[in-house]
Amino acid sequence: MISIEDLSQISQAEKEAKDAVPNQINVCVAASCLSLQSDKVMEELEKAVEAKGKKDCCKVRGVGCMGLCAAGPLVALEKERILYQGVKPEDAPEIVDALGAGPVARIQGDLEAPFFARQQKIVLENCGRIDPERIEEYVAVDGYLALIDTLTAMTPIGVVQQVTRSGLRGRGGAGYPTGLKWATVSKAQGTRKYVVCNGDEGDPGAFMDRAVLESDPHRILEGMALAGYAVGAQQGFVYVRAEYPLAIKRLKLAIRQAEKLGVLGSNIGGTTFSFSVDIRLGAGAFVCGEETALIASVEGGRGTPRPRPPYPAESGLWGYPTLINNVETLANIPAILRNGPEWFAKIGTPKSRGTKVFALAGAIANTGLIEVPMGMPLREIIFEIGGGAPDGKAFKAVQTGGPSGGCIPESGLDQPCDYESLAKLGSIMGSGGMIVMDETSSMVDVAKFFMEFCMDESCGKCVPCRVGTAQMHELLRQISSGEATSRELALLENLCDVVKATSLCGLGQSAPNPVLSTLHYFRHEYEAKIAAGEAAAAGHAAAHASPAGGAA
Amino acid sequence: MSARPPAKSAAPVASSKVKTLTIDDRLVSAREDESILDAARQNGIQIPTLCNLDGLTPVGACRLCVVEVKGSNKLFASCVTMVAEGMDVVTDSERLQRYRKTIVELLFSERNHVCAVCVSNGHCELQNLAQALGVTHLTVPYRHPKLPVDASHERFVNDHNRCVLCQRCVRVCGEVEGAHTWDINGRGIGARVITDLNQPWGSSETCTGCGKCVQVCPTGALTEKGKSVREMAKQSRFLPYLTMMREDRHE
Repeated sequence: MISIEDLSQISQAEKEAKDAVPNQINVCVAASCLSLQSDKVMEELEKAVEAKGKKDCCKVRGVGCMGLCAAGPLVALEKERILYQGVKPEDAPEIVDALGAGPVARIQGDLEAPFFARQQKIVLENCGRIDPERIEEYVAVDGYLALIDTLTAMTPIGVVQQVTRSGLRGRGGAGYPTGLKWATVSKAQGTRKYVVCNGDEGDPGAFMDRAVLESDPHRILEGMALAGYAVGAQQGFVYVRAEYPLAIKRLKLAIRQAEKLGVLGSNIGGTTFSFSVDIRLGAGAFVCGEETALIASVEGGRGTPRPRPPYPAESGLWGYPTLINNVETLANIPAILRNGPEWFAKIGTPKSRGTKVFALAGAIANTGLIEVPMGMPLREIIFEIGGGAPDGKAFKAVQTGGPSGGCIPESGLDQPCDYESLAKLGSIMGSGGMIVMDETSSMVDVAKFFMEFCMDESCGKCVPCRVGTAQMHELLRQISSGEATSRELALLENLCDVVKATSLCGLGQSAPNPVLSTLHYFRHEYEAKIAAGEAAAAGHAAAHASPAGGAA
Repeated sequence: MSARPPAKSAAPVASSKVKTLTIDDRLVSAREDESILDAARQNGIQIPTLCNLDGLTPVGACRLCVVEVKGSNKLFASCVTMVAEGMDVVTDSERLQRYRKTIVELLFSERNHVCAVCVSNGHCELQNLAQALGVTHLTVPYRHPKLPVDASHERFVNDHNRCVLCQRCVRVCGEVEGAHTWDINGRGIGARVITDLNQPWGSSETCTGCGKCVQVCPTGALTEKGKSVREMAKQSRFLPYLTMMREDRHE
């Protein structure tokens, strides 16, 4: 039976082993650096260490995402606080030679830059610092301490209260209070309950959950086990999209390691609490991020949503009460229980506590992953941390919340980035994707892109979403290519209203948001396209008969 | 709807409670396990529906039965929303009319619903809806998809051009006949009803040939062979009787 003493022994041994080696070279082996051949970089570094006889004083290890994906592959010397960026395999000998003698200036990155200095990390605290494939390294940074401690020192209701007091809200998009959700599931009748981790991250340009799963998988397992204890569940499922093979591989490894160590499985820490975790793969449907569709998919059915209520908290997987939380939400849990809810509640704004991970993508200099306190103004995130639009181009808009969110123009950038302010701006927090558009982007095309996404990802169950998104996409195509008149624009606005109000699930209800927000802030761009279309139509007026036809 | 047989509500059910609510300014009562749609129909208030059919599990897919509930900005599909004490429901408003008309228009635009040459002309629930809601022409463009017709079954035809994806065939086959021959393939605008694993209906090994799917299909998508224009009238109201008979036998 694993105890706190066992954990501290592992932690101590790990720290001693680390201290015994003076030089640590960390190579990012998360997906985006890997795609830039960071595995080759790591291989060459190992060869160079071997060749130069520094094997005793230098250790090369793969770590998770360091955040600045734009400058990958990233290599960090942990003790010296040196970051190398854009490292090529042939740079390896030079890096090894320079160990202890100062940095290689040619490829050195600036760790004091706002990108690193302005962040505050909770969810990503271990990302880029530990080897995601070794449980000992997670234990060495106080991993599983909160779990074992909680199991022996706190009642399940006490855990729910801690989470409630922290003020944590769901990081999947809607911002539902996590403590309330946990309380509902914990109060639900029945002895069989489930915990599901929603890792079906599907927004274009979003990669927060992938980074956490790839860089710190044990954190999710610990969060799930704590959730299971709090609500009375013995089985958890991680629902990950099949497009994340590395995340799945590391998660599988992590589950095996955790079972071996005894932090998952039967009678964890000698208590009566048992909890196991299995992985379920998504087959590439965006709508499976919607909780009722996710449940259908885990059960082995077609991933289509069903009307709520009943909510999964009362009737979820196979009809049993089910707690569904997003990856980032669960990643906050171990830290909250370790440091206390008051510590967490001090971060962020009164209504949006804690930090938020954002994936910066699009026309932004520092593409990558960041974590900042809630309430930081968008301008600070995009310009100071993100470095603004590259190549001297002017910023035009930022799309938050993916295809369910909206575009925010320059005038909205001084608003704090929290759930309420983003909603007021006509967008949503969403899961944390931020796509920046510069002056060269056509906002009609942006709306068309997201509508195409929603059309492709609609499950087809309800009529407004199935046909409405296809019709809206066609109208946007016509407007974008200058074939449309003000009649088409009016039709588009009507369809936005109908699809938003009548669709069955969140996908359809939010699909019109990119159109509505671009119409609100950039209507002149639509009108310019319409003017072109009407000029063309006037030229062919004779050829255009009334498009009306008999329906019945 | 007067032809509807007495629902299970005729028998006293001790465990379920009665709720009182307001529908279109009328005070009505209903059992707590009844939907807004059930309560409305029992009181002669008609709400348009398409995917809903007595005797099948409601799925809330067509969205035609959406209603307003005072105190909420959201709309609720009345077939899947249970009644609640003190609920104040509006089933007909200018806004709801507009939404329903648009949804019917979207259905007509989606596939090739050419009533004049359809075997179900005059007996079609989609056509009836269009007439009731005053949809005389479309504001949205027709999509004119090229869709196949499966006439491989010896007695029945599946014409995808006239399918509205209400899933009645899927449900009646799975829930009542127990064969689960029908399902949905693809997603979004590309979704299609299929037999077995997308095999021709005639080669289906699970189909019992009972024809329930044909009878419950609201349009001319599933029809009997040999019918000409206007000849395909359907008997979709057998389901509640069937369910009742089965329950009686169990008792």
